[in-house]
Amino acid sequence: MAGAVRRLAEAISAKNKGARKLALIGIHKRGVPLAWRIAHELRAMGDADVLIGTIDITQYRDDLAMMKMVPKLEGSDIPFDIDDAQVVLCDEVLFTGRSVRAAIDELLDHGRPARVQLAVLIDRDGREFPIQPDYVGEKVSVSPDERVAVRFEEVDGDGEDAVYVQTSKAVK
Amino acid sequence: MNPRKDLLDIQSLTDEEITFVLENAVPFKDLFRRSVKKVPTLKGRTMLTLFYEPSTRTRSSFEVAASRLSADITHFDVESSSVVKGESVLDTVETLEAMKVDYIVVRHKQAGIPNLIAKNTAASVINAGDGWHAHPTQALLDAFTLREIFKDLRGARTLIVGDIQHSRVARSTSLLLRRLGMNVAYLAPGSLMPREIPPEIPQFGNWTDALDWKPDVVYLLRVQTERLDEPFFPSAAEYHKNYGLTDARVQILRERGIYVMHPGPVNRGVEITDKGMDYERTLINAQVENGIAVRMSVLYWLRPGAEGGVS
Repeated sequence: MAGAVRRLAEAISAKNKGARKLALIGIHKRGVPLAWRIAHELRAMGDADVLIGTIDITQYRDDLAMMKMVPKLEGSDIPFDIDDAQVVLCDEVLFTGRSVRAAIDELLDHGRPARVQLAVLIDRDGREFPIQPDYVGEKVSVSPDERVAVRFEEVDGDGEDAVYVQTSKAVK
Repeated sequence: MNPRKDLLDIQSLTDEEITFVLENAVPFKDLFRRSVKKVPTLKGRTMLTLFYEPSTRTRSSFEVAASRLSADITHFDVESSSVVKGESVLDTVETLEAMKVDYIVVRHKQAGIPNLIAKNTAASVINAGDGWHAHPTQALLDAFTLREIFKDLRGARTLIVGDIQHSRVARSTSLLLRRLGMNVAYLAPGSLMPREIPPEIPQFGNWTDALDWKPDVVYLLRVQTERLDEPFFPSAAEYHKNYGLTDARVQILRERGIYVMHPGPVNRGVEITDKGMDYERTLINAQVENGIAVRMSVLYWLRPGAEGGVS
């Protein structure tokens, strides 16, 4: 995973050279540690000014009313003005594209960024919306009933970074 | 968390549900600092306010909450409707049912009316005050406000002052604060103290004794001005002198760092003075702001047609 994160950071850095206000915004839940790790790499590469935020898309989901349980809200934390920022949305897996649609909608309620890009650790098949990533850590080919699960040590707390492909039966 | 259909009182809430509503209210409050103070959560839903008793504040608080969730809002004007011509509550509900509203916010002078409505509609019903019975969203916003001040409510002390007997606010708020581990005491004239009080609630008849109990918060109840003419109720001046937050008492509170709350609207010169309103530890405006966030959190949690309605 470290290599994929480094590749993402390098690509983001190359494409945003000289950008005045570069902001990484992680989509809850596992886009958040991804954003932190990319930011860490960018800082190590000398890009000290990169901004960090998080976004909780729950209230923008198109399936909220259909969910059996009401999700606990994490809240969005964007502690800077996103007007005119170069925003890179970060998510661990890009699947249907629905979360990204929700994240873009929410982002625009916070302000008017100059540009919005998308960085994902894993790009998998199954798009339901016309959304494509700008930066991809790894492209994975899986069948529609398989699930790609990314685990970050700092969020999942089981002492490992990992990417699992699970068949639907194995999903807990 | 499983959604519920209605919010009728504090008693029927589980501890987990209380925590869920209070914690979700935090991100809702953060929203007020955003350029667009609105989320699409309830787009396409309709909230109707049905107030048999006038209350501009509570009603607007619900309306602002619903509009920040993108719900459509409509008001059933009881005064000018056929209700005054004798239409029963249930006939009105049948009409609302046909209008397919999703949330009904009810206030009524008679206890139990929101429960009755909830039983007869698929819409989610929120009790916005029924008689002396309950006012659950007020209690939740009070608890939320106190959680912003005290990291841990357990062991903190709230003194509730005023017409405890006839106050649904006292009833709901006192219950919730105790559920959250706070100590609660009452200060009231004997004629306005309820007969049956749980033994863990100390009762005081004057400020000196009540302040010796060392409260962290003084919660002033609103004096219903129409009651001032009743035989067992003191006059406004008398009430102020004996139970109000006079300037001298504000000074004592200041020295001791005690917070002040009030459900609003205040009667200046009766429950509280101008200086009391300007006192730096008065949380009354915070209560108003928090009321919107907490009501958003309640609307977010309830779901029309969900299980857990009144049976």
